[in-house]
Amino acid sequence: MTILEKVTALLGEGAVLEAGTDRVPRIAPGSPDAVALLLGTAHQEGWRVRVEGAGTWLPSDAPADLALTTRRLDRVPAVEPQDLTATAEAGIGLDQLRQQLADRGAWLAVDPPGLAGRTLGSIVATATAGPLRQGFGPVKDHLLGVTFVTGDGRMVQSGGRVMKNVAGYDLTRLQAGGFGAFGVIVLVHLRLRALPRADVTHVLEGSRDELTQIAEDIAAAGLTPAALELVSPALARRDRWVLAVRLVGSPTLVGSDELGLGAATGGGGRFTALRAEEAHGFWMRLAEGFAVRPVTFRIGGVPAASDELLDLLQHQVGDEWISAAPAAGAIRWTGDTTVDRLQRLRRTLAALEVPLTLERAPWPVRTAVGHFGAYREGAGPLVAGLRRTFDPGGALVVATDGE
Amino acid sequence: MSRPTLTAALTSIVGPRHVRVALAERATYAMDGLPTHRRLPDVVVLPGTREEVIAVIRLLAALGIPFVPRGAGTGLSGGALADEGAVLVVLTRLNRILRIDRANRLAVVEPGVVNARLSAATRPHGLHYAPDPSSQSACTIGGNVAENAGGPHCLKYGVTANHILALEVVLATGETVELGSPSGEPWGPDLVGLFVGSEGNFGVATRISVRLTPMPRAVRTLLADFMALRAAGEGVSAIIAAGIVPAALEMMDQSCVRAVEDSVYAAGYPRDAAAVLLVELDGHAEAAVAAEADAVAALLKQAGARSIRTAADERERERLWQGRKKAFGAMGRLSRDLVVQDAVVPRSALPDVLETIAEIAARHDLVVSNVFHAGDGNLHPNISFDATDEPMRLRVEQASAEIMGACIAAGGTITGEHGVGLDKLRYMPLIFDAESLGAMHAVRRVFDPDQRVNPGKVVPLHACREWSGWTDPGRKPGVDQPRAVARGQPVLAQ
Repeated sequence: MTILEKVTALLGEGAVLEAGTDRVPRIAPGSPDAVALLLGTAHQEGWRVRVEGAGTWLPSDAPADLALTTRRLDRVPAVEPQDLTATAEAGIGLDQLRQQLADRGAWLAVDPPGLAGRTLGSIVATATAGPLRQGFGPVKDHLLGVTFVTGDGRMVQSGGRVMKNVAGYDLTRLQAGGFGAFGVIVLVHLRLRALPRADVTHVLEGSRDELTQIAEDIAAAGLTPAALELVSPALARRDRWVLAVRLVGSPTLVGSDELGLGAATGGGGRFTALRAEEAHGFWMRLAEGFAVRPVTFRIGGVPAASDELLDLLQHQVGDEWISAAPAAGAIRWTGDTTVDRLQRLRRTLAALEVPLTLERAPWPVRTAVGHFGAYREGAGPLVAGLRRTFDPGGALVVATDGE
Repeated sequence: MSRPTLTAALTSIVGPRHVRVALAERATYAMDGLPTHRRLPDVVVLPGTREEVIAVIRLLAALGIPFVPRGAGTGLSGGALADEGAVLVVLTRLNRILRIDRANRLAVVEPGVVNARLSAATRPHGLHYAPDPSSQSACTIGGNVAENAGGPHCLKYGVTANHILALEVVLATGETVELGSPSGEPWGPDLVGLFVGSEGNFGVATRISVRLTPMPRAVRTLLADFMALRAAGEGVSAIIAAGIVPAALEMMDQSCVRAVEDSVYAAGYPRDAAAVLLVELDGHAEAAVAAEADAVAALLKQAGARSIRTAADERERERLWQGRKKAFGAMGRLSRDLVVQDAVVPRSALPDVLETIAEIAARHDLVVSNVFHAGDGNLHPNISFDATDEPMRLRVEQASAEIMGACIAAGGTITGEHGVGLDKLRYMPLIFDAESLGAMHAVRRVFDPDQRVNPGKVVPLHACREWSGWTDPGRKPGVDQPRAVARGQPVLAQ
């Protein structure tokens, strides 16, 4: 029997999708149990499995015997607006999830890079936070728990559905940003916010240096914007660098923040408020801009080093397509570059105690550079041990470490 | 190895003053903040530097002796107790604040730094360390990391895990590993997030980088009182559902209020109220905070608040908070012993669960007082009892189990900030299946293959499904023990 015939016998014809251009069979299990069944079988048979969400973020190009897509895991079993929590399957697109939450007056304060249909599982597995990380924290801060399936088909629950939980080790945080190396996320318990009653975006154009200083002034003034993002001209589709400030909350809070914004930047009047549809378009284009070019990575430095890190990127890989949160020290870069340059950049950054995480790239780049690639003293064996624990047969094709 | 030989080896590392072997000295460390568990360590050692910690752990690794890291011993789950056969490594002498970086809003500290001392040191820089457990005047940052401690202001600012950027960890072997980075961005998977809350099972944090939070410029503190517990619970739900995120949202029931008011911590809470809510709002602008406080007051009135009082000044605010933070101490007046329980439920379930707890208390003829983080749904039912009264002690045990069962049935969990330790081991199989417990145990063995660090805590081995990649030939069903030593069987000759 071929792999496809075995999988069809196992999960039924409904689970078999049309193969991609590389003709790797694409399987879409319809339930978490079916994912466990498939991976358990793959482990026993020695199949290599690549995991895909909607196929809009990571290229579907890793060499594998079969592709497991989570796209049929698209249910939202629970939305609890009174508790501001929800439970969603990993294959639901963020756009669909947002709509279902908004219908109940709730909001997931996450705005990852990529297309609107990116799956929740992809966002969690890659921990790709967007500009809202400034006000609402990284992806892991929005997770109450996850259920995942290991490379040998075991279903594991971590965390729960309530606001605080210290029962057992926090495997949820291992999965957030694990790039699927420790299992396939099938179910996510989310912490929500109430849909903000006011949501405004102000933008200011200028030189990079000038805007970085203004961003620092805003942070120093004690303002807590939801997003405070410095965007390169090409990415913002403007002539100059743009500093975008997003304020969300009650009308009173937002009004107060707008006053504070003016005061922090020398009397106000310099920022331009975007209309609601303009603001939506601005943030959407920014997110989509990171899914267009071949390579995207993020780095995390301390806020005071933001300028220096932007200079370094400009020097080593160019700064045409960059978005940065100077007050949080987070920078995301996209463009086209070589393995050599990425490896050199990672080494340079490591010496500055700044991690570089490769978020997306073609397989040859991923496998050479690795999503993680650099560890501090002693951490490499721990990561390898965790990888062996959750994928003992190496069924999951993930380029964690590079060459 | 004999105890004198081990003592001599430890003494050569830390000096004679910092190794405790006399029974009276060891008895000091036989309990933590929970009076229901008592374990006597074989030896207590207090290293004073990270180098001494490493040397001690390497010595214990070479000898195959289990050890238990301990901070100030304020924990409430029996998590920092060492059996005979284990060495207690007390970290309170590692109490230096190594660096405060105002520009990047971070500090680097040793594990024995007391929580409140860190905030006091950073306040002149306009910053503070946000997690504020009720024991913050005594508990240590290292202990906070081990337990993923919370506190009243974690509702808005997040728990310990949200504030730890990087760690230097000494593993059971004595090897050191560096986890995390100064920005909090991980090198690969989030091992800092995995380590925080691991209750000492993964090693000893010897250097901790924490995120600091700007001091709010405007603060409003409200005290609302209710004539029915359910109404207070509904007030909490109304605030959360309105999308308002107070800095803190705490509840105390009548029994707790009266204990506080009868103590030196009296805060002026109305003694006849069925419950009071302490709500704090903060931000950078006075007008916005005032407007939010007005909105909260209106919601509480709607929920049935009898009166709402706003702290007029910082002094009154401190008084209101002192009553809350010292409530556990005040409840010591009610009886000889007190069990502080910890569970979390969905916030909308609070009114029903509070009624269920009252019913359980009445059925077992026990006094249960509630003081808790209502905004997070994090309950702390406190059971007053006399541990010398055996029938009463058994009723407390039964009531505790029933309270946990009620919280789980409501969709909640067995601990929100105190940890599993010894006390909650028996409840773990109620919320995790054998596969998930097996996964936790397998992860623990990645960090500590011989299970020598804080053995017998967090994961009940008898309930784990075995995972490929490890087998434990010495393990017997129903026995939670490390391979190196069986509980209660000293490896050290006396």
